[in-house]
Amino acid sequence: MYPRKFEYIAPNRVEDVLRLLRKYRDEAKILAGGHSLLPMMKLRIIGPNVLIDLKNLRDKLAYIRDSGRVVRLGALTTHAEIEQSNTLRRDIPLLPEVASLIGDMQVRNLGTVGGSLAHCDPAGDWAVAMLALDSSVAIQGERRRVIPISRFLKGPFTTALRPTELLTEITIPKPPKGHGWSWKKFERKAGDFATVNVAAVVIPDRRGTVKKASIAVGAVSPVAYRASAAEIMLRGKRPDSELLRRAAEAAAEPASPISDLRGSAEYKKWLTTVMVKRALEEALNRAGISVEVSKHA
Amino acid sequence: MPRRVVRRTRSSITPETQAQIPIKVKINGVEYSHTVEPRLLLVHYIRDLVGLTGTHVGCDTSHCGACTVLVKGLWGDDWLAVKSCTVLAAQVDGKEVLTIEGLAKNGELHPLQRAFWENHGLQCGFCTPGMIMAALGLLLRNPNPTREEIKWGISGNLCRCTGYVNIIKSIEAAAKEMREKGVTV
Repeated sequence: MYPRKFEYIAPNRVEDVLRLLRKYRDEAKILAGGHSLLPMMKLRIIGPNVLIDLKNLRDKLAYIRDSGRVVRLGALTTHAEIEQSNTLRRDIPLLPEVASLIGDMQVRNLGTVGGSLAHCDPAGDWAVAMLALDSSVAIQGERRRVIPISRFLKGPFTTALRPTELLTEITIPKPPKGHGWSWKKFERKAGDFATVNVAAVVIPDRRGTVKKASIAVGAVSPVAYRASAAEIMLRGKRPDSELLRRAAEAAAEPASPISDLRGSAEYKKWLTTVMVKRALEEALNRAGISVEVSKHA
Repeated sequence: MPRRVVRRTRSSITPETQAQIPIKVKINGVEYSHTVEPRLLLVHYIRDLVGLTGTHVGCDTSHCGACTVLVKGLWGDDWLAVKSCTVLAAQVDGKEVLTIEGLAKNGELHPLQRAFWENHGLQCGFCTPGMIMAALGLLLRNPNPTREEIKWGISGNLCRCTGYVNIIKSIEAAAKEMREKGVTV
C-alpha cells in the first residue's frame, strides 16, 4: 500500500519547522516516529500534501531530563528510551511500564511520546498515564506556551495544538517517594490497542491512609479522562474492598464506550470497573496501604 | 499571438519541499544512491530498487514483522529493529540498513541463521528473515535474555507454522553462541 503523493522536507531547525507550518498549515503533517501517521497514510485515511520530517531534530527534541522535582521528556523521545530509562524507573516507574506494553519492540524503537500525544488516539496509552501524573506540555508556535495535559487533550485525534504549533516537551512532576502506582492495560492480544487502559497513582500519608489518589481512564470515551469522583471518595481513607468497588463504579461512570471488534459497549463499561479496581488494589499495595476485605464485598 | 506565460513553480526557484528526493543508503555495507518519491516505503526500496528480496512483505500494516530490518542512525546511533513497511525510504537517507542478506560473512552463516536451521526454527520460512532480524535487534540490546524476554522481544513477529517453540529455542541457542564468541552483527 502506498500513501497518496506528498512532498517531503526534513528541516534541521525547529524554527524552520514552525515557518513551514505557518506556510502550509493544514496541508502539512509532522512526521515523528511515524507509527500512527504512516499506517493512516497507507490506508489513505489521511493524505497530507506536505510531510515535515523531524528526524534531524532528535538532538534537540529527544531527551529524558531530570530537573529535580520534575522530569522533562523531549517530544521525540521514543517509547523504547522511556522503557529503558533508569531515571524514570527510579522516580516515575509508571512511565517505563506504560512504554514497555506499547505495540512491540519494533514499534517502540521508532514511536515517540510526543507523536503519540499529538496524534491523540482515544485508545492511546500516553494520554492516560500523563493525565494520572498531572503532566503538562510545552507547545512552540510563534510564542511558547505550557498547558496542563488535561487542557491539551480535546477529543478523538484532536488536541489544543494549532496548525502552526509543535509539541516540544512534556513535563512530569515526580510523585513523592513511596507512592504507589499501577498500569492496567487490557488488550485482546499482545501489541493491540487497549480495550481499556487505567493508570492509578496513590500517595499515602504517614498514618497509612490515602493522601491523594489519581485515576485516569482511556479507550472507553472520546478522550482519556480523570475519574475525579472516585479520587474524592478515596481521599483521607484507608479503603476496604467495598469502598474500592464503589470507587471503581464511580470511575467507570463517565465512560461512554462504543461497541466494536474489541467488545460491546456494555462489556467495556463493566471491564472498566474491573480494571480500575485492579489498578487501585495494586497501587494501594505498592503504597503500603493494605485493603481490608469488607463483609459486603 | 498569445502571451507566453512563464509559470514559476516553487521548486524551480528554491526547492523547499520535494516531490522527488535523492537518497543515499548503505545497505549491508554497500552504498546505494537513488532518486525516489517520498512516499516510497523502505521495504519496497530494498526489494524493488536495490533488489534484495530476502526482506518480505507480509501484512503491510506493521503487524506481522516479516519486513523487519535493522537501521542505524535514524533514531540514535544504535542498530534498531524496525518494520520497513512503516518507514519511508526518505527517512533512512544517509543511514545504514542491515537486511537478512547482510548477516552471513564469507560464506559462514550468522549464529542466528545456523541456530534457526539446527533447531528447526522455521517451517515455511516466510517469517524467518523478519524473525531473525527482530531477534538480532533484541540480542544487541539484551545479549542474555530470559525466555520471557525473548517472547516479548518477538511479539511483533508472527509465525503461522512453528508455534514459536523452536524459534525461541533457536534464539536461546544463538544468544549463547553470540555471547561466547562475541558475535554481534
